[in-house]
Order: sequence, then structure tokens, then C-alpha cells
Amino acid sequence: MKRTIPLLITAVVGALLVFAYYVPHPAVGGINRKIPDFFNIIAAFAFVLGGGNLLRVHLTKISRRDHEWLYALVTVLGFVVMLFVGLTMFGRDEDGRLGMHPGGDLASPGLVFDWMYRAIFDPCQSTMFSLLAFFVASASYRAFRAKTPEATLLLIAAFVILVRSTPVSVLTGWIPEPFAQYLHLPNLAAWIMSVPNLAGQRTIQIGIALGIISNSLRLILGIERSHLGGKD
Amino acid sequence: MRRGVTSTRHATLLRNSRSVPHLVSRLSVLAAIAFVACAGIAIAQDGSVPPPVETPAPAAPVPPPAPPEGVTAADVGNDGGGTIAVLWTLSPDDESRDLLTGYRVLRGTDGTYVDAGTVEPGTTSFVDNGATDGNEHTYQIVAVGPGGEGTSDASAPVVASPQWFDKRRLNILIVMLVLCGAISFYIARAKAGQELYIRKIAGMDAVTEAVGRATEMGQPVLYIAGIQDLDNVQTVAGITLLGSIAKMIAEYETTLLMPTSRSLVMSTARETVKEAYLSAGRPDAYRDDSIYYVTDEQFGFVAHVDGLMLRKRPATCFYLGAFFAESLILAETGNSIGAIQIAGTAMPTQLPFFVAACDYTLIGEELFAASAYLSRDEKMLGSLKGQDFGKLIAMISIVIGGTFTTIALFTNAAPVHWVGSALHWLWHGLN
Repeated sequence: MKRTIPLLITAVVGALLVFAYYVPHPAVGGINRKIPDFFNIIAAFAFVLGGGNLLRVHLTKISRRDHEWLYALVTVLGFVVMLFVGLTMFGRDEDGRLGMHPGGDLASPGLVFDWMYRAIFDPCQSTMFSLLAFFVASASYRAFRAKTPEATLLLIAAFVILVRSTPVSVLTGWIPEPFAQYLHLPNLAAWIMSVPNLAGQRTIQIGIALGIISNSLRLILGIERSHLGGKD
Repeated sequence: MRRGVTSTRHATLLRNSRSVPHLVSRLSVLAAIAFVACAGIAIAQDGSVPPPVETPAPAAPVPPPAPPEGVTAADVGNDGGGTIAVLWTLSPDDESRDLLTGYRVLRGTDGTYVDAGTVEPGTTSFVDNGATDGNEHTYQIVAVGPGGEGTSDASAPVVASPQWFDKRRLNILIVMLVLCGAISFYIARAKAGQELYIRKIAGMDAVTEAVGRATEMGQPVLYIAGIQDLDNVQTVAGITLLGSIAKMIAEYETTLLMPTSRSLVMSTARETVKEAYLSAGRPDAYRDDSIYYVTDEQFGFVAHVDGLMLRKRPATCFYLGAFFAESLILAETGNSIGAIQIAGTAMPTQLPFFVAACDYTLIGEELFAASAYLSRDEKMLGSLKGQDFGKLIAMISIVIGGTFTTIALFTNAAPVHWVGSALHWLWHGLN
């Protein structure tokens, strides 16, 4: 029963959504617009569940003096303070009065919530994102080592694409037509992007589309049961 | 002497009395010069010549614009009803903004007309979304201008109705039915005991080795099911794969770490892992705390997972689901701690990052096939074979399409264009 009911719900809802995709009649057609609302309602409840779980996990770490308890303390403090200033909308209003201003706009410049978002959260996000630049460099260094013929091709393609974005690309401007059409670096880079790269991307996308159809059918027909613990 | 003086005065007076008309004449000339001078100054200061005072002629009345013609209305097909498309021919005065400033569309029901909408000059069509299904409607188009309105004749009556099938999606239905048929066919063959050849997926073959390595090293396995919610099919694929991998983790008695960026994913993953542990006969080994919610924020989640990797140093990392810019940050951090990394995503832009930084990458469709591949269940393998059949159709279409497009460059033969049109319809539908 524990597996049958979820399978039944999946099959009925899945089949209904597939059916509704082809049937525009109002008797059926509205279902595929209404069901996402149900998802949002469930997700809203789950959000409370997530907040509760976050507090429980980290408070447990603090109470046990786990070796990560200081991180947990920072997390809980951040959660509580942000929740407090967000719910009470504590800060200065447009007239400069300090206090709680419920019902206003959370993005008002005088609010502590807005200040915490802009002065703490935003810079932290940007810091994490900026790590990407260094990781791209280290990953490129490994990926572009010409150990195999495929890796060599990748290296050449990457070199052309990278150089295209620099002033050096004008150095091949002397190549006469009709060779310049392909060999001038900006043209060569454009060809790589619009022919082999695009062909590869489309191949992957066709595969993805077929994979999604196949996976969805397995779930709707109840063939896929791995998420329910496998075979009955 | 006195007489002499008197006579001289008299003579002067007499002379002066004779010059009075002459004086008046000279004063008139001076006055005229002064008037002209003042007028000149006034013109110089004002810069304009005072308009001649004329009696205003009565303005010619602006005529109303000529009405549009040829108004036709038809029910819009392939929709949920309540929509009628109206077409007309422009008013002859359409190009003159002095005569025509727009059109009003009137919807008539039982002889009573109401405004259905207004459109700009130069427009010849309008889609009315306010029609009532089952009622007869007629339409009139009113050309509106400063001089009044010109109303067209009414269109023939039309009835809006909803449709039960969207014909524009017939091609997708055909492809889906062919795929379903192929999947059912191969499932039946697999159940009949026929051996099905499935292409090897190196990443999935390495799962056992990766989990075994974590067991040997006594380090946990990290599993990230992407950063999207359960309404994303990639997350669903990540969760179904988690079922198979968690079963293996339970059998190997290894620790699982699974931070999630969505609370709904956390709840679902807990149920899946619990069932997998139960299925593996190790319900006692299941720990609720191993699957927990961190934050919905992309880089907040990344910061947590990176810190977790550096502190716990998992021996194996799985990244299976929908990823964005965080893919490389996670994979490079995992690489720096020497973990075996298996990634899979259907985000084409993130695949190169995973390929560069991970040991194995499931590319696109492989993510959706992985669960079936791991289970080795005949029904699942049959569905994989059906998926491959779909790829075969796509490949044949590409080859035929490419060939006929090339031929079409050299010939204008109709059959070549028929094939092209048929393939275009199959993959793009009616536009």
C-alpha cells in the first residue's frame, strides 16, 4: 500500500497532464495550469519544514558541542536575526524614524533587512561566485593538456575561441580572401561556434528530450520504482 | 512810423495766413513719417507683420472616415473556446491621420453591439477573447476619426467553440506514440527472455567502485541532487538514481551525506533513502540527519557544500541533477580533495565543466537512463531500448533531411520539397 498509492497518484496525475497537453477544452485544459499551484502549496509547507530542519540540525550540533558547533552557531544566529528583522521590518522609515514598520517594502533602504542583504549577503554571494574564475583556470589547465588526439582538438578549438576575444585576433587580418573566410581567427571562431559546437549541442538536446520522455513514461507507468525502494 | 510798423505786421500776418494750408500739409507728412517709423520699430521688435484683419471664413467640416470593408469573423481553432478572429480590409482613409485615428471592434450578440477592443490604424485583424461559447456573434468595425465614425457592415454570424484536440500538437503525439510503442515492444521482448544489448555507461559502471572506495577509506559519500526543486525532471532523475545508489551505500555500510537546497527535495530524498536502506535490509543504518536542508540560495548552498567537502573529505562525490554556475566550483573543490567524482546533468552549458573536473560524466540522456541501467530490471532495460529507438528515428531524420536539403540546392523538384516539408512538420509542427 505504501508504494501502491504513490504509484497510483503518479500514474493518474502524469496521465492527466499528458492528456491535458493535447486537449485545450476548458473541461480538461485548465488542469495543467492548476496542478503547478498544488506544487507551490506543498513547496510552501515544505519550506517551513526546511527551516525547522535547519534549526534542529544546527541546534543539536551546538548542544552537543560538535566540532562544527561554531559554524552552526553562526548559521542559527544569521537565521534568527534575518528572520526577526524581516518579519518586524526593523529599521528607519522614509522619515528617518527608527522602529518596526510592518507592512512596508522589504527592499526599503532604511531597513536593517535591506542593509543586511546588501552589506553582508550580496558580498558573500559575489565572493563565492568570483571563485569560479580561479576554478575555470585550474580546470582549463587540466582539460587542455594535449594527451590524446581528442584533447588536442579541444585545445586547438579553445585556443581559437580564447584568442578571438583578444586584440591579437587582428593579426590574421592579412590572410587574403577566400581563405580569410575560414582562417581569419574571428571567422574561424565563429565557424567553430556555429557549426561543430552547435551540432554537438543539438545532439545532446535531442538526447535529453528523448531521455525526458522515456523517464517520464517509466515514472507514469510505474516501471521506475527506484525512488520507492526498488522492486516490490 | 507806427503806420509803417502796423502795415509790416499786417503784411506778415497776411503772408502767414496764406501759409496755413502749407503748414498743415507739412505736419501731415511728419505724422506719416512718424507712423511709418513707429510701425517699423514695432515690426523690428515683434518680428512679425500684424495679420491683416479679415473676417474669418467658416472652416470646412472634416468628413467622417470611410468604413472598412469585407469584415469576416471565424472561430479560432485549437483553443479552449471563447475566442474569435476578426479580419477586415482597411478603410480607404486609413493613411490620413486627419481623417482616421483608429478602429473600434464591436461584438454583436442578439443585435446589441458592445466594444470588444480598439486597434491602431493600419491593423486588419483582431482576436476577440471575450466571445461566449455557443452564442452567435457578429462583428462590425468602426473607423474612428476627428470628423466622426464610419461603421462597416456586420460580418456573418460566427459561433465560438472549444476544441477537444490541439491539431498543432499532432506531430508530438505521433512521436510520443511511436516511442511508447517502441518501449512497450522492447519491454515485451525483454520479458520474453530476449537478451537486450545496452550500450555501456562508464559512469554507472564506476558507481560500485566509487562506493567501495569510500567504504575502504572509511569516508562518507556525498550526494548532490542539483539545486532545483522537484518540478524539474533532472531533480527527479537525481532522486531516482539516489534510490539505487543509496541501496548500494547501505549494503556497503558507508555513510551518506546529502545537503539539499530545496526542502521538498530533502523530504523526498529522506523517504527514498529510507526505502533503499529498508530494501537493503539495513533500516538500522539509516540516519535522518544525513539528509538535510541548507538554503535555497545558490551560492550559500555552494559555500556550505564546499566547506563540508573540506571538513569531511568525502571519498566519493555524486552530482546528479540540474546545476548552474556552481557546477565547476563544486567539482573543482571535490577534485582538490581527491574524491572520485561522478556527475550527470542535462544542462548543456554545464557539461563541459563536469567533463573537465570529474572522473565520469553522464551526458544529457545518460542521466535519465542511469537508473534503468543500474537496476538491470528487464522492464527498465526495455524502456532504454525504446529510448534508443527514438534516437534512431532522430538520426534517420537528420540524415534524410540533410541529404534532401543538399539535393534541393541543385534541383527544384517537388518531391524534394515534400520530404523537407514532412520532416519540418514532424519536428516543428504547424507554426
